[in-house]
Amino acid sequence: MKLATARMSRAAPGRLGPVWTFLFRYGPPRWTEYVLRNWSGQRLVIAVPYLWLLVFFLVPFLIVLKISFAEFSPLGRPPYEPVFQWLEEGALQIKLLIGSYVYLFNEPLYVSSWIYSVKVALISTLLCLCLGYPMAYAIARATPTYRNVFLMLVILPFWTSFLLRVYAWIGLLKTDGVINNFLLWLGIIDEPMSMLYTSFAVYIGIVYSYLPFMILPLYSNLEKHDNTLLEAASDLGAGPIKSFMRITLPLSFPGIVAGSLLVFIPAVGEYVIPSLLGRTDQLMVAKLLSDEFFLNRDWPKASAVAIAMLMLLVVPIMIFQHFQNKELQANRR
Amino acid sequence: MQAAERRVDKSKTKHEPWRDPHAEAYVRFENITKRFGDFVAVNNVSLKIFKKEIFCLLGGSGCGKSTLLRMMAGFEAPSSGAIYLDGQDMADIPPYERPVNMMFQSYALFPHMTVEKNIAFGLEQEKGLSRSEIATRVTDILDIVKLGQFAARRPHQLSGGQRQRVALARALVKRPKLLLLDEPLGALDKKLREATQFELINIQESLGVTFIVVTHDQEEAMTLASRIGVMNRGEIVQIGTPTEIYEFPMTKFVADFIGSVNMFEGQLIEDLPDRARIQSDELGGTIFVDHGISSAPSATVWAAVRPEKINILRSPPADTKENCVKGVVKEIAYMGDVSIYLVKIDTGKTVRVTLPNVERLSDDERIAWDETVWLSWHASSPVIVTQ
Ligand SMILES: Nc1ncnc2c1ncn2[C@@H]1O[C@H](COP(=O)(O)OP(=O)(O)OP(=O)(O)O)[C@@H](O)[C@H]1O
Ligand SMILES: [Mg+2]
Repeated sequence: MKLATARMSRAAPGRLGPVWTFLFRYGPPRWTEYVLRNWSGQRLVIAVPYLWLLVFFLVPFLIVLKISFAEFSPLGRPPYEPVFQWLEEGALQIKLLIGSYVYLFNEPLYVSSWIYSVKVALISTLLCLCLGYPMAYAIARATPTYRNVFLMLVILPFWTSFLLRVYAWIGLLKTDGVINNFLLWLGIIDEPMSMLYTSFAVYIGIVYSYLPFMILPLYSNLEKHDNTLLEAASDLGAGPIKSFMRITLPLSFPGIVAGSLLVFIPAVGEYVIPSLLGRTDQLMVAKLLSDEFFLNRDWPKASAVAIAMLMLLVVPIMIFQHFQNKELQANRR
Repeated sequence: MQAAERRVDKSKTKHEPWRDPHAEAYVRFENITKRFGDFVAVNNVSLKIFKKEIFCLLGGSGCGKSTLLRMMAGFEAPSSGAIYLDGQDMADIPPYERPVNMMFQSYALFPHMTVEKNIAFGLEQEKGLSRSEIATRVTDILDIVKLGQFAARRPHQLSGGQRQRVALARALVKRPKLLLLDEPLGALDKKLREATQFELINIQESLGVTFIVVTHDQEEAMTLASRIGVMNRGEIVQIGTPTEIYEFPMTKFVADFIGSVNMFEGQLIEDLPDRARIQSDELGGTIFVDHGISSAPSATVWAAVRPEKINILRSPPADTKENCVKGVVKEIAYMGDVSIYLVKIDTGKTVRVTLPNVERLSDDERIAWDETVWLSWHASSPVIVTQ
């Protein structure tokens, strides 16, 4: 191989000689050779998901980003004017209309639904944590037989459709629904409470739907805890509460972070639950986005909402990554 | 070697409260039994341990040593029986209120805390200790275990030996009245282990702590212990000083477990207050001992002879009738300080003999393979056990 290329490069004549040499040294045949020689199987395997992410995540993202800087067209859909354009004088014209973004931050409806979304997601995450931690702890502490039963029960709801389960809550929460009728029958309340189409219903829906995402990472963390550490703490004079606060809780921190982000991130962008159970006068941001697309047919604004939402989520995701790496390193000990 | 020095050392001070019937025991196990389901892990153990003792629990794997220690620390409740510490019944006292600290076999260091924090943890649980006081005590103990420069590291950044010393420091810094060590030196190399053994003895002498040490390494028990309790299948089979355990084992199991031994089965043919004779088919001769056995006549007994108490002779001794046997050297292992000879005697049994390599001998002066030799021992050497 080496001999052959050497001869060929020498044979290449005239002014293009150096170019040929360069191509033979660094050109396509050389690439495959380079890849085969220097990339181990591991690298190739990793390359597959990266390629997947590149094609199906990064490219659509760039398209959305581009649309978000475009001008609203009355047609309500593409094509839009290109962002980059070669003008005839040989100049490159870059046209970024930030109108959509400016609108986003000035329109009180948008700002308030941003704040509302984040608030709902935060409170739901906290509720999930408060409910999920004791459950995960109890599961981790149960005997192996019970542990499997409990885990099965946590995962069981996933066997039915998410949409169906949310619909079921309508039946439970509505004014002449199961809960109200039951409480009336018990005599605890005199007239039915209005629970459906309130923030309360949204919290119920989100906590109910996302609790498993809190429990599972917490469980997988707590289950790994070494019981002799608690024995050691107790031996050194720490009572049960102290031991929990100083040993179990800090050691389960990566689990708390993972669970919280798994709940928080989808909760901010939750569409189905607030649409079906939530207030009509206060929208969450995902609903706003879909309205922008389907009702107003304003793609640039919808794209701007999507990009802004992504930015809002990128920060938590990066925090998540950071802690996940940290836990990985700690586990590698 | 060091075990011997240590024994000499102790005879000088002669602190032996267990010989005094009126002495108050510091730790008392009374008829302790522990069952896990049907399995009896600890069976009716009664034990007295005195102040400032280093008491070693010695026994094979799974014989219940750790279980006994864990009951003392309070992690496990006895199925029956009572444990007293300084006269106080421990039954209803949770681990975090016992004046006892344990060093775990697995160290159980808190992975999310630095060495310093690990050690300070126990002190922070005590009421009425100021921050500066805690800091000084931590620094002091770090000096003792020579870990000062590692104070800011996390456990996973330490070597096994350093972790072990952190675990020790963490238990010691509380200045407990009783320190429980579960195979504290199991993971260390021989040099480090010996150094730490002596460090433990120093700490014991300077702080006056009482130790209960679990080990299955008999050499370690010999080095450390004021007394040894030998356990077998959940029971304590013998308690005694290292010398007593080694030189006067009471059962075949103890004789066999501590060090190596040659065991000859035989019948008692003469049993007087000052001497006894045993006819042993296994030896193919009689064994004579210079003390009485006071056992039933013609009972089956075992004579245990330690390898280092047997002489190898190249020509028959004057008296070949008793405590003497002819054999052929089948195996020689040169260990440096001693050599081990495996001699096949006429009955087919293999006898183990160790001889110190006192002189540097040339090859043809040494006893060689397949050489016919005579083995003999003094009448005081065999230990006769009846069970
Ligand atoms: N929690 C438990 N449940 C059931 N059996 C147990 C439990 N803990 C210990 N055992 C059993 O009790 C016996 C004694 O165990 P223990 O840990 O005291 O042994 P050990 O003498 O410390 O052994 P080693 O030298 O191997 O550490 C073992 O046979 C063990 O299987
Ligand atoms: Mg053990």
